[in-house]
Amino acid sequence: MSKLPAAIVGIGQTKHMSTRGDVSIAGLIREAALRALDDANMTWSDIDAVVIGKAPDFFEGVMMPELFLADALGAVGKPLLRVHTAGSVGGSTALVAASLVHSGIHERVLTVAFEKQSESEAMWALSMPMPFAPPTHAGAGGYFAPHIRSYMRRSGAPDHIGVLVALKDRLNACKNQYAHLHETDATFEKIADSVMLWDPIRYSETCPSSDGAAAMVITNEANANRGKLAPAWIHGSAMRSEPTMFAGRDVVSPRGSRECAADVFGQAGIVDRRAEIDVVEMYVPFSWYEPMWLESLGFAEEGKGWMMVEDGSTQMDGDLPVNPSGGVLSTNPIGASGMLRFAEAAMQVRGQAGEHQIDGARKALGHAYGGGAQFFAMWVVGADKPA
Amino acid sequence: MSLVLPPSIADVEQVKSVRTPAHLDYSYTPGKAMSSFLRGLEQKKIIGQKCPQCGKVYVPPRGACPTDGVPTVEEVELPHTGTITTFCVVNVSFYGQGMEIPYVSALVLLDGSDIPLMHLMQEVPYDQVRSGMRVEAVWVPDDELKPTLESIKWFRPNGEPDMDSASMRGNA
Amino acid sequence: MRDVAIVSFAQSKHVRAQTDSNEVEMLMPVVREALDNVGIGMDRVGFTCSGSTDYLSGQAFSFVMTLDSVGPWPPISESHVEMDGAWALYEAWVKLQIGEIDVALIYAYSKSSPGNVREVLTRQLDPYFVAPLWPDTIAMAGLQTRALLDSGTATPADLAAVAATARRNALANPYALLTGDASVEDLLAQPMLADPMHVWDCPPITDGCAAVVIAADDVARELSKNPAWIRGIDHRIESQALGLRDLTTSVSTATAGSKAGVSAGGFDFAELHAPFTAQELIARNSLGLDASVPINPSGGALSANPVMAAGLIRLGEAASRISRGEGNRAIATATSGPCLQQNLVCVLEGSA
Repeated sequence: MSKLPAAIVGIGQTKHMSTRGDVSIAGLIREAALRALDDANMTWSDIDAVVIGKAPDFFEGVMMPELFLADALGAVGKPLLRVHTAGSVGGSTALVAASLVHSGIHERVLTVAFEKQSESEAMWALSMPMPFAPPTHAGAGGYFAPHIRSYMRRSGAPDHIGVLVALKDRLNACKNQYAHLHETDATFEKIADSVMLWDPIRYSETCPSSDGAAAMVITNEANANRGKLAPAWIHGSAMRSEPTMFAGRDVVSPRGSRECAADVFGQAGIVDRRAEIDVVEMYVPFSWYEPMWLESLGFAEEGKGWMMVEDGSTQMDGDLPVNPSGGVLSTNPIGASGMLRFAEAAMQVRGQAGEHQIDGARKALGHAYGGGAQFFAMWVVGADKPA
Repeated sequence: MSLVLPPSIADVEQVKSVRTPAHLDYSYTPGKAMSSFLRGLEQKKIIGQKCPQCGKVYVPPRGACPTDGVPTVEEVELPHTGTITTFCVVNVSFYGQGMEIPYVSALVLLDGSDIPLMHLMQEVPYDQVRSGMRVEAVWVPDDELKPTLESIKWFRPNGEPDMDSASMRGNA
Repeated sequence: MRDVAIVSFAQSKHVRAQTDSNEVEMLMPVVREALDNVGIGMDRVGFTCSGSTDYLSGQAFSFVMTLDSVGPWPPISESHVEMDGAWALYEAWVKLQIGEIDVALIYAYSKSSPGNVREVLTRQLDPYFVAPLWPDTIAMAGLQTRALLDSGTATPADLAAVAATARRNALANPYALLTGDASVEDLLAQPMLADPMHVWDCPPITDGCAAVVIAADDVARELSKNPAWIRGIDHRIESQALGLRDLTTSVSTATAGSKAGVSAGGFDFAELHAPFTAQELIARNSLGLDASVPINPSGGALSANPVMAAGLIRLGEAASRISRGEGNRAIATATSGPCLQQNLVCVLEGSA
């Protein structure tokens, strides 16, 4: 049996903020879900199944919140799955939803990802002090900073590359009405002068903590034209996981990342990645991950990703725009961030990205990663139906 | 989406949030491998485990080789010296930290092991820490030794010449 | 639809508290056994999916640590659900239906011992209106049991019969934690724990884990002499709010059962995931199973209840029994959420 085509016909997201005190958890997810349904010209009753994803439940202080949210998700009487793959969860959730359509089991699936981090204490939830380990960690940054330092040393990249990425993403976000941070006055100097948190990561090169949700309606071919806009077709999807720590692990460009990319681009028939992909929405929570992932995803040769940042290739008017939405650096509800990347990629090929639309985008990569850079989820979407 | 309240409660102040403190106590089991490691620390020893298949030495040991998925039973006592593979300077305060910022959090590859251990660097200005720096463990006084990684207070430079990255067994 | 079968099942010897081993050490031999049963390594597994929850272990991202049990190197295609492993099996089954892979590994685990499981599970409720009251699982099950008794559909003796049969069946199950040979009268004579609940109405607090291998078409036939074919599988969820549901029936079990093809009948036994006695009667009734169908020959969740794995274990136990030739057609279910809120139903059949 061969894989049935699947398309994204509705996309919605919330206005992301550090605290969405105006909505309950249910209100937050419904804001995104209703926008996706509206975009798809559908109602709750059109949906066959719901797939929801989010990161650790300690962020909201509710264990398995999808259970009490079943009504809010319009899931009563339907199949509901809850995915949790750490930071990549928003992406893997979309992939699980797509599987339900690729397999022919369901025709119209609603997928939602969210985090309402303001309900609990996000830093604590991310790095709960564990017995048996002394408290030298300092949240996610404390884990990644040493590996960023390794990349800088190996590649010889100049110190300011991270600042350039942060500046680009923060200014791009100003063109995204939903983004959390709208730093219209961001400048190179302001970012470079911001306090060092985990050297070499500065405060302004770090993702914010956000409340937010994203949702998509994924359907089979028969329903692909029901939405307000043309569908985004799924050309390839892949997931890879590897152990967090093992002897000789390459944390800078994990093999799982490279193999996941090879798989997804292979499925999509992409031969020349830089030439054939029009826009990339990649998961960059700390600025330096942009050049690192550019190399790992095969858009740049090893050691040269930083040059694409420096020469403007990844700007919106460059030949490979990265994160025109502002990315994770501007909006980070952890459970939703991966799905936001996947959704923004789909929005690009549907011509739906408004002020941050890349003209003529027809093929896009959505990318998410999680854990200690060990869980990867990616999809390639296109304006045309896959061959 | 706006809410239309019935007239009887139209003037009542809306509840915007509810604070519901929750407290849950957990007893964690370190497991055999970690127990052995922690008991070793109590005796001022650093004990790793070797994988029977790939031969790599893991510290702290985890009872399983993460790449081969087999139990690691053979214990290996490791020296208290090692090399910094990479590090960062922590300058952010957070709940449960207990340390004065800035401080260096370093990945130390103990001699004879194949995976670096994360620990604190002290007795060196934070801006002089480098990858390749040779370091040694500094322990708490003997009568304060306990089964915890905090029995090692921190690592400090031991004066030996720096190692190059090629010798760091793919860990830098 | 491709023919997919459960070809291997392994579980831990379930205990009240696994204090020697951490989750990885507990899980690793079970995953190894599941793979060894069919003589394969991770290189033949096309997809891995697990079920577990952070709140039971008291650690965020707890499943990340247990991934080591599988030795995910070279990197694997893997996912995780914050649900019982039965739903991880469902996700893997869906993957196999797409047609690109033929073998999947599923595992699930939990330790209820680190925390106070009755308190921990109160966090699984509406945080605004219900959780602040801290109604524990036994209290919630008590409401459902009371509703069932009041409806006249069951008597205390019926509930005692469920418990007595389960623990007696468990005597033949070397993995079970709670076994016994009490009579209905013995049980009814015991004092109440929380009226209408006796201790025997409740599952034992358990640490444990399980692993299952599924395979498609000819690969299943290659790996197993008598695969347990998944003839139908479906799952549904209801509203969590107890006041919005008729607690004496399980609408989601009935719907999922109908979609899974339960109405075709002909079942030799059923493994129903019911941590509380009343729930077994409710599930059985919702599936239209009459008294002629033996329920939980393994002893069920009343005999061993590693939360997050107990549902997967029902599927594994049913499949094993079929593969051993001790029955050809069975129903296996999994449940999640308070008072049978969410249910998965699977119809399994051998080749006889």
